[in-house]
Amino acid sequence: MYIELKNINKTFGDFKASDNVSFGIEKGRLIGLLGPSGSGKTTILRMLAGLEKQDSGDILIDGKNVNDLPPSERGIGFVFQSYALFPFMTVYDNIAYGLKVQKKDKAFIKARVAELLELVGLPDVGKRYPSQLSGGQRQRIALARALAPSPELLLLDEPFAAIDAKVRKELRTWLRETIDKIGITSIFVTHDQDEAIEVADEIVITNKGRVEQVGNPVEIYSEPKTPFVAQFIGQSAMIEDYGRLKGFEQSGEGNTAIIRPEFIEINKFEDGGYHQFESSMEDAVVEDVFFRGSAFEVRADINGISITGRYPLSSPRLKKGDKIKILIKKLYTISGNSTEILVNKALDDSELYYI
Amino acid sequence: MEQNSGKKSSAGQKILKCGVISWIVIIAVWALGAMSIKDEYFLPSPKQTLISIKLLIENGTLWADIAASAGRVIKGWLLAIVFAVPLGLMVGNFRVVRWLVEPILSFFRFVPAIALTTLFLMWFGVGEESKVALIFYASFFPMFVNTIAGVASTDKQLVEAASCMGAKKARVFFTVVVPSAVSNIYTGIRLGLSSAIICVIAAEMLVGSDGLGYLINSSKLYYKTSWAFAGIVTLAVIGFAADRLLQFIGRKKLSHFGVK
Repeated sequence: MYIELKNINKTFGDFKASDNVSFGIEKGRLIGLLGPSGSGKTTILRMLAGLEKQDSGDILIDGKNVNDLPPSERGIGFVFQSYALFPFMTVYDNIAYGLKVQKKDKAFIKARVAELLELVGLPDVGKRYPSQLSGGQRQRIALARALAPSPELLLLDEPFAAIDAKVRKELRTWLRETIDKIGITSIFVTHDQDEAIEVADEIVITNKGRVEQVGNPVEIYSEPKTPFVAQFIGQSAMIEDYGRLKGFEQSGEGNTAIIRPEFIEINKFEDGGYHQFESSMEDAVVEDVFFRGSAFEVRADINGISITGRYPLSSPRLKKGDKIKILIKKLYTISGNSTEILVNKALDDSELYYI
Repeated sequence: MEQNSGKKSSAGQKILKCGVISWIVIIAVWALGAMSIKDEYFLPSPKQTLISIKLLIENGTLWADIAASAGRVIKGWLLAIVFAVPLGLMVGNFRVVRWLVEPILSFFRFVPAIALTTLFLMWFGVGEESKVALIFYASFFPMFVNTIAGVASTDKQLVEAASCMGAKKARVFFTVVVPSAVSNIYTGIRLGLSSAIICVIAAEMLVGSDGLGYLINSSKLYYKTSWAFAGIVTLAVIGFAADRLLQFIGRKKLSHFGVK
């Protein structure tokens, strides 16, 4: 492992920001630290940078214990949410800052700054001041500045949070490509799961100061290990008494389950149509229909259980109060601090079923 | 005053903004007052004041007084900059020093320069030194206090960004903390100048034989109320011009340091 966190604990007053955090990162990977606000993800990043010191535990970078190294000696690049560009310096001087610290000669600095401006796609802004750039441009310059001294590890704290939605999407893709190009080990913090899933090779999910799960985006999405992850990822809804639903028998202690829209199929039988699993479907009543561009989002009531699913634009239109039939294909059951996938029995028995 | 700066203001708004109308109103009220009182020893009219200014310029008194006052102000004020800014930067940067200095600071903040006149006269004599020392004292505090505040207002993230790029404390201080404090230092220097001007007049009124303060004070000896007015108007114009000049320089040269 290139980077290792071992049993890290950190409290701010009464607030437990890191609760026995341990995980490792391989060299060259792009890691997303994902969690709700207050889950301790930024604290982890700041401890890696040396901007915060853990109360106990070890941080190793490339096998070397960096516990007592100040930020200036850790060889990291840090990109702040609010850019933190020096407002009183030109873009050129901002990017050159770390190189001047390293006492590089002028010609080298000039070439390196030009190279980085080229890399971030803003070759002509060197003479400008940060205040003369847009938010997206500032964040690109902040990245260039962090990369200039050739750090071994790049840390990004919610790098896109202050940027408007459209530019944010572009920047995500761009960041992914840029980091791939340089091949630098990178960790970014985000509370936006789409961002993490889209950008990261691997996701570390944090909650209440603990690491809930580490895995690649597909694993995180399809095999949540804890109830928190199951609920946090995707458009998840919690339901009680899942044993009441057709095709599901309560297993284990809990009777709580999590359903995602993609787990259910909504059918409207107009002329007595036939469906293979009709007998396994629940009768439901449409509570609300929202147009979501590529599909409708339908909220329906199954005997007191409210669930949400998607409904194709091409199917017969639904309106509030319509009677529909819902096939629940699977759900995540929760018992204690673990979660399991439970597939509808009718589908499970049928050989036609595959994921 | 700054509210319309973003928009294009109409010609009428521009006139209102530059203050011409206010001045016309004040001068008109002054003129009307003088006309109704009809006692130039009590309240000379704007015209009589102008005549006095012209007379004082022609006989050279006004220039000499301006030069005397301005010389003192510049000496004391520059001296204060030289001491207050570096000291303020030091005090602001080191917490322990700040804790030590703050109580003393809050004590002296309530002691105006004028209150020290007698002491300064005893210590530095009746010559230039005591006046320059008073001006120094008067302009030192606004600069010192603002410089400390400027250091304290440094964006913590900028410091963190610099240290992540390998900068050690001394470099962070000179490349991040000091530039971050520039805007406040500049404000302190401007405030210091107005304190210096207020102080020089008071000092000259109390002791001395030249300067605008002396001119204003001595006019009562000659029963020349209009000379006092001439001195006051000159003082206001010079103070205003000096502040505007500083403001202009700040906007031109220091806008990237956050000076508005």
